[in-house]
Amino acid sequence: MKSILPVLTVIAAVLLIWVVAVVPMNVHLTADQAQRDGALVMPDTPIARKEVSGFVLALKNPHLVPLTYFGKRPNLPSPHQVAAEMFNTIFGKKITSKRSLVYHGWVTLAPTLLGFVIGTFLGVLLAVGIVFSRVMDKSVMPWAIVSQTIPILALAPMIIVVLGAAGVHGVLPKSVIAAYLSFFPVVVGMVKGLRSPDHMQLDLLRTYSTNNNQGFWKLRLPSSTPYLFASLKIGISASLIGTIVAELPTGAKAGFGARMLVGDQYGQPILSWAALFAAALTAAALVGIISLIERGTLRKMGMKMA
Amino acid sequence: MMYVIAGFAIWALGWLLNVYLANGKLSDHWAMNIGIPLIFGLTILLVWECFVIGFEVNPVFLPRPSDIIVRMANEVPRLWADFFQTIIKGALTGYIIGGLAAFAIAVLADRSEFLTRGVLPVGSFMAALPIVGIAPIFVKWFGSDWESKAAVVAVMVFFPILVNAVAGLRDTTLMQRDLMRTYGAGYWPTLFKLRIPAAMPFIFNGLKIATTLALIGAIVAEFFGSPTVGMGFRISTSFGQLALDMVWAEIVIAAIAGSAFYGIVTLIEKGVTFWHPSQR
Repeated sequence: MKSILPVLTVIAAVLLIWVVAVVPMNVHLTADQAQRDGALVMPDTPIARKEVSGFVLALKNPHLVPLTYFGKRPNLPSPHQVAAEMFNTIFGKKITSKRSLVYHGWVTLAPTLLGFVIGTFLGVLLAVGIVFSRVMDKSVMPWAIVSQTIPILALAPMIIVVLGAAGVHGVLPKSVIAAYLSFFPVVVGMVKGLRSPDHMQLDLLRTYSTNNNQGFWKLRLPSSTPYLFASLKIGISASLIGTIVAELPTGAKAGFGARMLVGDQYGQPILSWAALFAAALTAAALVGIISLIERGTLRKMGMKMA
Repeated sequence: MMYVIAGFAIWALGWLLNVYLANGKLSDHWAMNIGIPLIFGLTILLVWECFVIGFEVNPVFLPRPSDIIVRMANEVPRLWADFFQTIIKGALTGYIIGGLAAFAIAVLADRSEFLTRGVLPVGSFMAALPIVGIAPIFVKWFGSDWESKAAVVAVMVFFPILVNAVAGLRDTTLMQRDLMRTYGAGYWPTLFKLRIPAAMPFIFNGLKIATTLALIGAIVAEFFGSPTVGMGFRISTSFGQLALDMVWAEIVIAAIAGSAFYGIVTLIEKGVTFWHPSQR
């Protein structure tokens, strides 16, 4: 709780930089528009204005500064424009409307969650296999580790198109990517977790003459919980990023990614920024929910976070 | 049909061989630690090849591994140009800029306990966000050449490195800092001789996470506009021409580049943090 003030300070500093940056980023556009509306602008041709930097132009034409915050198609929208757009498209529209961010959010969220559940399930299965089978450990584990250094995410749009060409449409192709991206963090985390009981604990179980099976359910699985949650948090944000990237350049019609691209292509940057921040909020909410479940579960089990 | 049977046979053979090797006497030998995964990988490639031929899979969906290798051998100059444009110009430049900026901010924030407590949660929050979504915006701002890719990469790698650097700079104990004070060391000598070295394991952790992010950022940003060279450009245009073998060739290059980048950072880490328990 004592971090609240510092966090707010940092956020305020970022916002301040943003607000200041709006002026030089937009002043050229604003100057062109103001001149067309008949206002006096200091270097009076667009070409002469191109020569000077945004800061200089703003200093020479102080009357333009307030206008930079209200441009229709700014290079960098000001925070209040983004906030207003988000408020309008989240609360101001019916959630079934194509202009509602809630609708687009759901289009992105559904495949993310489905893929996340599939990926986590398969990841835990493979981790159990790796811990119990020496062959799997030796042959699969190195690839699982290496695969984390490969920029799979960059190929997400291609996977969508391939599956689309094969006749798979809808939620499934995006879920495949989300599942794939949450799969490997879960595998690596769970293997670490299932191996976390030390020799003392394993020996103790042996003195109780338990078999492998009991050892798994009573010791290995419970002690892997903190590791599982740590990788779930990585996995869910990777899943969400994967779905968004998958939507970005593939001509998807709905979803956060599509919204970002549409705003960019049709010259409505405020739209892109609103989608970007809405995606950020969604990611934060997902990680937050998992953290809450983590805290509750670990407290009940009497464990500490990994 | 022959090929399908051959595929299953190779599958069984590779698995049995690995079972034998992994349970054998020498299974902890270093050669086995490389050999077993290699056999596994090779088995997958061969089974893939046989199944694609045997089931007559359309090469538009899945090309044969041999096609991909032939394609790679034939297109070396073009692949090299793409690699240079995307990895060296885009990803590496952005990685260095983002890393230096993160390090500078971390040292600044570290001067005050207040700022540190603010930067840590905000930074780790930002690190989990889909930052790659800024790619279209940055391509518009910085043009379609490598500068926009470097900018996207710089922002993407910034937060994981920042969080780790800030956490690392805090990692010294009161005892160690007191010792430096008894030597009469001021802020800067303490920073350079104690705190930065102590932060290195953390910083390298962030640098390693950032390697993959850098490649992802550079490739994805090319989907939104690029000169007629670059891995992202090649992937999306080859796709339009249904030249899947070329797409896969770029995927292989991206995979090798990603692993190599990670490997190089790990090697540097070994040299710099030789004193750390995890390296000894």
